[in-house]
Amino acid sequence: MNNYHLDHLQYLETEAIHVMREVAAEYERPALLFSGGKDSICLLRLAEKAFRPSDIPMPLLNVDTGHHFPELNDFRDRRAQQLGVKLIVRKVEDAIAKGIAAPAPGEVSRNRLQIPTLLAAVEEFRFDCAIGGARRDEEKARAKERFFSFRDAFGQWDPKNQRPEIWNLYNARVNPGEHMRVFPLSNWTEMDVWEYIKREQLEAPTIYFSHPRKCVRRHGQWLPATDLLPPKRNEEVKDLVVRVRTIGDIISTGMVESRADTVDDILAEIAAARVTERGSRADDKASEAAMEDRKKAGYF
Amino acid sequence: MAYRYFATPKRKFIVADTPGHVQYTRNMVTGASTANLSIVLVDARQGVIEQSRRHTYIAALLGIPHLIIAVNKMDLVDWSEERFREIRDDFETFLPRLDSLRDVKFIPISALNGDNVVTPSPHTPWYEGPTLLGHLENIHIASDWNMRAFRFPVQWVNRPNNPTDPALRDFRGLGGQIAGGIVRAGQPVLTLRSGLKTSVKEIWTYDGPLKEAFCPQSVTLVLNDDVDVSRGDMLVGFDHLPGLGSDLRANICWMHQRPLRRGKKYFLKHTTQTVQAIVTGIESRMDITTYEAQPEPAELALNDIGEIRLKTAKPIVYDGYEHNRLTGSFVLIEQGTNLTAGAGMLLPPLEAAKPEYQDFAI
Repeated sequence: MNNYHLDHLQYLETEAIHVMREVAAEYERPALLFSGGKDSICLLRLAEKAFRPSDIPMPLLNVDTGHHFPELNDFRDRRAQQLGVKLIVRKVEDAIAKGIAAPAPGEVSRNRLQIPTLLAAVEEFRFDCAIGGARRDEEKARAKERFFSFRDAFGQWDPKNQRPEIWNLYNARVNPGEHMRVFPLSNWTEMDVWEYIKREQLEAPTIYFSHPRKCVRRHGQWLPATDLLPPKRNEEVKDLVVRVRTIGDIISTGMVESRADTVDDILAEIAAARVTERGSRADDKASEAAMEDRKKAGYF
Repeated sequence: MAYRYFATPKRKFIVADTPGHVQYTRNMVTGASTANLSIVLVDARQGVIEQSRRHTYIAALLGIPHLIIAVNKMDLVDWSEERFREIRDDFETFLPRLDSLRDVKFIPISALNGDNVVTPSPHTPWYEGPTLLGHLENIHIASDWNMRAFRFPVQWVNRPNNPTDPALRDFRGLGGQIAGGIVRAGQPVLTLRSGLKTSVKEIWTYDGPLKEAFCPQSVTLVLNDDVDVSRGDMLVGFDHLPGLGSDLRANICWMHQRPLRRGKKYFLKHTTQTVQAIVTGIESRMDITTYEAQPEPAELALNDIGEIRLKTAKPIVYDGYEHNRLTGSFVLIEQGTNLTAGAGMLLPPLEAAKPEYQDFAI
């Protein structure tokens, strides 16, 4: 019987394929949230494995904050085209113009405004399910997530009242107006994601790899110096060799000083790391419960 | 309940961290449902307490094959071999009643200073077994899946409907995760519920065709005959046929505030199908501390575990949970609210599906 054995990554893969096929079978109008980030490129490969030789039976959806790294959007568009999948992009900018999203006075970050933009897209296309790339190892609030995470008619998540998830029997049922967020990578770690990228020889956006960049020191991290985030007079600005571990908006994504310019280098770097990848996201640092609060409101 | 992740150079681990009190029985059941191994932590000063008996019961009920009894705080009992043996003997008085536990290991530890956790402790020269982590790293779990009887619940019918590509024009595959056994290209299979016999033409995967595939791989099977098969049907091998019926008996852990009562209707999700089911009887309610069964209770309340009878609106294809966790488990879903209300483990069918299959003929 020894030959009939799946290694850890193969096990995670078959689990995720099973989850994706449940989505295709149980929902009428699912979507797959695709940003171009490392987790979502794994999702796309898993979708290919789940559904080929058919077309991937759901569109890709991305909420564009207007503060994305430009190279990431290019990658996103190119990848969707390669796979022949419809890509729907909804912009925070447009949501603000339509009054769907309202920035608070002086609010620069678009992070919070993604939520109403996403929920408006769910409503516009009457999506009853959205697949996302979130993982439980990312941080505390996510550790409690289910594979199938129920959202009520307001798009809210209730961490205290989740459906128990037993074996691989996912309760996918929703009433009209409600929807489900589904996370096939729930059991993956950052290390698993990169090992999968390596095994599957997936192309990853260039910003994950070491590159020179002008950075500004703010709140204890190095953020990209851009027109959106002009350095203040007393702030330290430096040309550094950096990469990102996790991608958020360009104004809140901490750059990590790193010489890792291959997937193998990245794997070695993660193996030695003590801080979770979300440690480099300013949006999560707003408060200890920042993620949980945003998730309750309808965040990814 | 939260999940945590860690890895050593030898193995990766997913830890389901569940609280231990009786009001969290449903969380324990949830955590246990996907586990290969459970660790019951015992305080060496207290020995076997109610919680130890409950945890051990749930590990056995959910069919987790491997159990570690970690006797902790050994430093506070002066590393006494006698105390360790006493606790082991206490467990041995009730372990034989839980016959699904195939592999039980007792390890004396002190988590405070890491004795016998990662490295062998100098304080326990009388203990010759592995450390906790050493045992976790080396335990053989590959054979925990049922590899004897082929089971393939059809999950998603894969039909490209691509008129321009001749190779895909007529492609009709059955996507799913193998829930038991092994399948080989060319092998005859029986489709249930229809009872038609056909054979596997190709095991299609994105990475190329396979000669054989096994549980729990996700594959797409192409059959030699154009039989009418859809989601909720099951392909099975001819060895060890499953049960087929609508009168079911099961152990269930109740997870809902509104109690389970006779006559109530639920949705029952089993493998890839959802059918309506009615509770036709409550046989017993188990006291998971004393292991005494109370016969014919009026209801099963939140966190209760008991044996029930169900009737489904359509017959289902199933195995006893003790033989196959994937084809022997189900959840009950409350109609209207859609809340997951119970986790069920089917008792083995009294008879296998009748092998009077029909050869497929056009």
